[in-house]
Amino acid sequence: MTVHNLYLFDRNGVCLHYSEWHRKKQAGIPKEEEYKLMYGMLFSIRSFVSKMSPLDMKDGFLAFQTSRYKLHYYETPTGIKVVMNTDLGVGPIRDVLHHIYSALYVELVVKNPLCPLGQTVQSELFRSRLDSYVRSLPFFSARAG
Amino acid sequence: MAIFSVYVVNKAGGLIYQLDSYAPRAEAEKTFSYPLDLLLKLHDERVLVAFGQRDGIRVGHAVLAINGMDVNGKYTADGKEVLEYLSNPTNYPVSIRFGRPRLTSNEKLMLASMFHSLFAIGSQLSPEQGSSGIEILETDTFKLHCFQTLTGIKFVVLADPRQAGIDSLLRKIYEIYSDFALKNPFYSLEMPIRCELFDQNLKLALEVAEKAGTFGPGS
Repeated sequence: MTVHNLYLFDRNGVCLHYSEWHRKKQAGIPKEEEYKLMYGMLFSIRSFVSKMSPLDMKDGFLAFQTSRYKLHYYETPTGIKVVMNTDLGVGPIRDVLHHIYSALYVELVVKNPLCPLGQTVQSELFRSRLDSYVRSLPFFSARAG
Repeated sequence: MAIFSVYVVNKAGGLIYQLDSYAPRAEAEKTFSYPLDLLLKLHDERVLVAFGQRDGIRVGHAVLAINGMDVNGKYTADGKEVLEYLSNPTNYPVSIRFGRPRLTSNEKLMLASMFHSLFAIGSQLSPEQGSSGIEILETDTFKLHCFQTLTGIKFVVLADPRQAGIDSLLRKIYEIYSDFALKNPFYSLEMPIRCELFDQNLKLALEVAEKAGTFGPGS
């Protein structure tokens, strides 16, 4: 099992943070374009899912998987979106994404007066704590370090 | 547990077949006196609740019937405009039925081609080499399963998250498509499927799959 990469978006579609661990293929477009494409896809999936749903929804879109990877999605009521790509063997990880939001983003970015909201997070502490948290996850592969 | 609907999308992203197989969901009917304590708004040619969630009536629900008479879009069955009718105090008390808006065939066409593009973007953004598009999409109320054939046709099934055996159902639908649409001399490729045998066999397959699907723990 592995974690490929992680995106953090705010409600306006700004990519607040991006990091990758075992990513074997790049999208072939500049990073900025990739963030926009990812946000656009998630935005469309959200509206797609809310129209398709036969019942009233609570959490809405949770995850999708293709033949090679699985995308996990978590959105807070304030519109912060946490997106993690893993391989197919990983089950529901809502609590992990929620932890990244509540224990890392809120604690180290929102409560940090030196971090302006709504732009890319510059905090080195946030980056290193996020990196070590993801590396400590049980489904983070040990083989590539 | 249920299978909600089936979509068949051709390789250009056009919807060529659609089937809904669920009974209408819980709807709320209530009698109101003037003035109406809900805020209704016109959105996408439908009258939706914008504010005032209560008694099973939720924001986003559409007006489905007034005094037992069905509502089509923003007009009642006898041609009166819904918002105008409800703003007239002499029409009260009035009984209104609310529920989740049903998809029109135009919206279904749009959603099918939307999924076609999402499928392509899903494979482009893959962090791994050689990924397909979206195969399973999970939400808290349903799970969407998609199977793309080598010729580019997509079979999409919407089912309850706990429903099992959808993979084999998708293969079975492909088989039914090959047998009863492709082998029908009156069927032209890439065009909407209007074949009676296809319909019958698909419904049969859905029934079998619904009954055969076993449930995992937690159901």
